[in-house]
Amino acid sequence: MAAAADSSPTASRRSEPNHGLRIFLIWLVVAVVADYLIWAVWGPHLPPGDMASAANGQQFDIKVMSVMAAPVVAFVLIYFGYALVVWRQREGDEEDGPALHGHTRIQATWITATSVIVLFLFAFGTYELTTAQGAGAGSGEGPSPIWKPNGVKPLQVQVIGQQWRFTYRYPQFGGFETTALMLPKGQWVEFHVTSLDVIHSFWAYQLGVKADANPGVDNVAFTKPTQTGQVTVRCAELCGLWHGAMFNYGHVVSPAAFASWAKSTQTQLVSVTKILPPYATTYDPTVIPNINKAMAKSGITGANGYYYPPQDPEQP
Amino acid sequence: MAIEIQPGQTHEPGGGAPAAASRPARPWWRRPAIHTAVAGAVVGYVLGHLLGNFLGSGYQQLALSDSSDLPIVLGYVFAILGWLVGLGVFNDLARQVTGRPAMESNGHVETGGVAQYFRYSLDHKVVGIQYLVGMLIYFCTAGLFAMAIRTELLSPVHHVFSSSAYVEIVGEHGTMMMMLMTSVILGPFGNYLVPLMIGSKRVAFPRIEALSFWLTPAAFLILLSGLLLGGFPFGWTGYAPLSIQSTYGADSYAIAFGLMGLSMIMAGFNLIVTIVCYRAPGMRWSRLPMFVWSMLATSFLMVLAAPVLVGGMYMLITDRTVQTAFFTDTLGGSSYLYQNLFWFFGHPEVYILALPGFGIVSEIIPVFCRKPLFGYKVAAAGMMGVTLLSFFVWQHHLFDSGINPDMRPLFMLTTELISIPTGFIYLVAMGTFWKAKIRLTVPMLFALGMYFNFLIGGISGVFLSDVPADTTEHGSFFVMAHFHYTIMGGLIFALMAGIYYWLPKMMGVKLNERLGKVQFWTMFVFFNATFLPLFAVGMGGQPRRVFEYARNLQTLNDWVSIAAFGLGCSILIFVINFVYSTVIARVREVGNPWRSRGLEWQVSSPPPPGNFAQVPVVLSGPYEYGDPHAEPVADLAPPPGVLAASVGATQSTRAEA
Repeated sequence: MAAAADSSPTASRRSEPNHGLRIFLIWLVVAVVADYLIWAVWGPHLPPGDMASAANGQQFDIKVMSVMAAPVVAFVLIYFGYALVVWRQREGDEEDGPALHGHTRIQATWITATSVIVLFLFAFGTYELTTAQGAGAGSGEGPSPIWKPNGVKPLQVQVIGQQWRFTYRYPQFGGFETTALMLPKGQWVEFHVTSLDVIHSFWAYQLGVKADANPGVDNVAFTKPTQTGQVTVRCAELCGLWHGAMFNYGHVVSPAAFASWAKSTQTQLVSVTKILPPYATTYDPTVIPNINKAMAKSGITGANGYYYPPQDPEQP
Repeated sequence: MAIEIQPGQTHEPGGGAPAAASRPARPWWRRPAIHTAVAGAVVGYVLGHLLGNFLGSGYQQLALSDSSDLPIVLGYVFAILGWLVGLGVFNDLARQVTGRPAMESNGHVETGGVAQYFRYSLDHKVVGIQYLVGMLIYFCTAGLFAMAIRTELLSPVHHVFSSSAYVEIVGEHGTMMMMLMTSVILGPFGNYLVPLMIGSKRVAFPRIEALSFWLTPAAFLILLSGLLLGGFPFGWTGYAPLSIQSTYGADSYAIAFGLMGLSMIMAGFNLIVTIVCYRAPGMRWSRLPMFVWSMLATSFLMVLAAPVLVGGMYMLITDRTVQTAFFTDTLGGSSYLYQNLFWFFGHPEVYILALPGFGIVSEIIPVFCRKPLFGYKVAAAGMMGVTLLSFFVWQHHLFDSGINPDMRPLFMLTTELISIPTGFIYLVAMGTFWKAKIRLTVPMLFALGMYFNFLIGGISGVFLSDVPADTTEHGSFFVMAHFHYTIMGGLIFALMAGIYYWLPKMMGVKLNERLGKVQFWTMFVFFNATFLPLFAVGMGGQPRRVFEYARNLQTLNDWVSIAAFGLGCSILIFVINFVYSTVIARVREVGNPWRSRGLEWQVSSPPPPGNFAQVPVVLSGPYEYGDPHAEPVADLAPPPGVLAASVGATQSTRAEA
């Protein structure tokens, strides 16, 4: 390195305080306090909450990253703040500062430290993503996921995005289709996300699930709801005029309540399910069997296999 | 060693025949300028539209489709050609092809005055000013759209705009900012200052440089004209198949963005060759100002990334017009292809937007710290490292898309690695601040603001690189806050620093300092008040580009909207200051107000035609503050023989020839 250690500092005046030590001590106090507050006080309330395994994992990741980030931010800000207070130009002082071109050890330390932090974050993120508990961290993993929960039979729910609504199909219950997202507590859920027209993104905020809905693609994501309650579902990918209003709500209920809901809905919708396209991982909206019957039945449920017509998209 | 040889004969920028013809000057309205360009564009559009109708009617596939985009697209293409013909871009080419001498009046020798800024000028200093004013107009226009977005988001349920108007506004704001602001620093400062900083009398390719500018107003107007065609409902990313499904407005998006891609390629190409081949004797790589390094890095990104964008836009246009199916999955295409193409350009583009800012602040802080830049080689290596790595991170935009899910750890790694060279910028700054004599001038304030904002932007970017954390943050206002911190907080703050620092050089007038300080503090406070809460809004579950959001987020959104209007007012203060200082007050500033060692400050302000009377010989680096033994930065009038001796035996023979 040409930026060789500066061996002739002009700061040889004895009265000069040890700036480095001062900055370090201020930083140490601030960093410890900030990290404690983030971990213990703020951490349990960080988004996206702990209503599902994936959400919990994301919350943990965000907490760890915050704990890593706070000292870095604090260090830079304290340093700049200190510099602005202590090393301001004094009135009438027109001299230049010391001709310090570089400092090999400091540069090497900096590079090493940032590399260590970065590599740790990479290892941590990969671990969180790929373990069975992480199971892909709730993100869309494409048609054949390799990171999934071990040895369980998850509930399959298909999410069909179309302009501008989500509908859900339950293949393990005859493949009925509904606009209501119901999930049992305590069971792994395997979302199969696809789209009929443009790219949408299925974002079940409290479940910690986000998976793009691509036309012709089966995008799989896993999560395990651990609490009952309401779930907000929003489209997280700009999909046209009414993207801004493309949301609905799902519910996590007790396993017994889910079982009875699934059974009664299946029976109630049996005639509609018959004219729907048979359950598949993807659909081609240009080829719809029974389209006339499906149109005639429209209105029985919110979903009813009625593919959104292209005319008048302004007023759906 | 790359040098500019003093040619034996008059060598005007752009070359041309030795004996340029001079005709009696024609009246202004008969000389090519912006008015003839507009006329050419109008004629071209009509011709193209008619041609499109004619061609389209011959093909059953096109005639049967519910709408034919061919007339619109060909109209735009011919309008661009007409615009360039009207500007006189092809005049010299036509003369050289037909064997006539090149015309002097075609901007080679400028008559001076305001009129030259409305012509196809080959003077890099004129192009720089054209870029500066143009970019400020584009920035303010796009900023007005942002004000409209924030107005709509004041309430989650009451709407100011219809859903179609809102989505058009979002698209126009995003696209205009992201496509035109790529050149916001490289255009004005890169073109104007790089030759001055490296001791050159000219840029390598003045015609390409001028063309790169004159494509930007065309792109700007075409993008805006999309509003007349119903706008485009897909933001700045233009994801297919939504962009294929959309109405005519999407054509304006694809043509404008592709055109801006061409402009980027030309601007970058010209600067790369200029920096590599036109450095003055003694301007070694180790003496290159940091701003020039950043321009070199940015230019490489532009030249290597923008072709992918142009290709992607071309495929989009053919999908929309002649019914190809690159991006239609039922016909054998893939919507993933578009996402890949777009982000393969899109992520380097993010660094096209970031690196110039790094360059400006690294250039400014040594001057106002009165210290050498700390770790010069680290700073240059950081910029080059960012440039290289930025081509290997694009799929982090697609973590949830289901594309290559098994590759996500790799892209997580590359994305996090890029924070190492980016961090060098902070190492350099902090080392430079160590025991400095800090002067809080307006440029320095903006540079400090940039460091503060970019820190938050960069750290939030690390959150986004982590796949599990990104699952919550992706596509939400968190991302939006993140990139506004890096681009608005980084690039635009650096742009302001650059304007306050270099406008005395470029225009010979000083910007009002009091207004500058008022602008900085309002801009800094309102910027952070606007975008810091948006991290929380995004984490709270608000996706981007929505007009309806959860009621519990209304307080934060209202706060953000009000702060955003304040931010708009601070930009208004800047516009007032700019116009007042450069048009009304005009306080002359001819010397070196910042006592900078930069080579660009060693000539008068504004620099004379040809920049230097003679090619200077550079004697030392630009940041040797505090070193009493440092030589002056350059010998501006080297005695005869010095030039030849300084460039070595092989080239001295050429120099004397």
